[in-house]
Amino acid sequence: MMESAAVTADPPLVVAGRTFASRLIIGTGKYKTYAENAAALEASGADMVTVALRRVNLSDPSQPRLVDFIDPQKFTYLPNTAGCFTADDAVRTLRLAREAGGWTLVKLEVLADQKTLYPEMEETLAAAKTLIAEGFQVMVYCSDDPVYARKLEDAGCVAIMPLGSLIGSGLGIQNPVNIRLIVEQARVPVIVDAGVGTASDAAIAMELGCDGVLMNTAIAEARDPVRMARAMKHAVIAGREAYLAGRMGKKRYADPSSPLAGLI
Amino acid sequence: MRVTVNGEVRETAPDATVTTLLASLGIDSRKVAVERNREIVPKSAYDRVALVDEDALEIVQFVGGG
Repeated sequence: MMESAAVTADPPLVVAGRTFASRLIIGTGKYKTYAENAAALEASGADMVTVALRRVNLSDPSQPRLVDFIDPQKFTYLPNTAGCFTADDAVRTLRLAREAGGWTLVKLEVLADQKTLYPEMEETLAAAKTLIAEGFQVMVYCSDDPVYARKLEDAGCVAIMPLGSLIGSGLGIQNPVNIRLIVEQARVPVIVDAGVGTASDAAIAMELGCDGVLMNTAIAEARDPVRMARAMKHAVIAGREAYLAGRMGKKRYADPSSPLAGLI
Repeated sequence: MRVTVNGEVRETAPDATVTTLLASLGIDSRKVAVERNREIVPKSAYDRVALVDEDALEIVQFVGGG
């Protein structure tokens, strides 16, 4: 009782004035079914999901739809620009997304090439400026370059989302030093997007001081996606708590945990 | 009259609008967005916007994605 009362509450994640109960954001791609996706979402505790915009299948317009499984009234849909390789394509896609959904909070990503899906930062910055001028609230997928991260923030992006490693690679946080530099300079939320493979990767991102983690494949391609979603929920909470708690210093030699005095 | 919808050439009635096109395709207009010749058609204008020969339309919706 006394112990729990002593722990100060962690203010929730706020992006562009919207409050989110969870610091975990999950994707909705690569699941076997939308039903499995919905179950994983429930287990993850996330209240924001990324979605893509694609042509309606004209030969079978009645096939299952994402909105029938994940309620856009209950969860924040974050439309992305996955598959866009130019600023023009990304802006065009998000204008359509705004019309389809009626909201302005979006995830911008402009990719450089199919092999790495690495962020094309020049095009990303250009697209961000256009979108912000049109009233969009832009959460931006970016490289882990602190200089570009600052430019994106100065342009008015509402969240900076550097990659941990390549999209879908599961290689974890490859450059923790740069992620930390971005966190230290940012005045908007920093959310690691891409690269998380398992729960410890998510915890590491949070321990670096990130405000959240966005992932898709780590959950969708786990053997048991619903269980992995639950693992990620705990990992994000654990990593955040460890960050707030402030870790112990590292030492080169042992330091006994039991008192030396009174040894028999 | 011939229009291109999501990359496919389709025959439509000469007095077709966005509303009648969506209905003929069996698409629920509330769940999609429509672009005509690279310009967004606002939902409120679906009844008013008359299609013309050679129009290029994109009809999109949200799907799962990362």
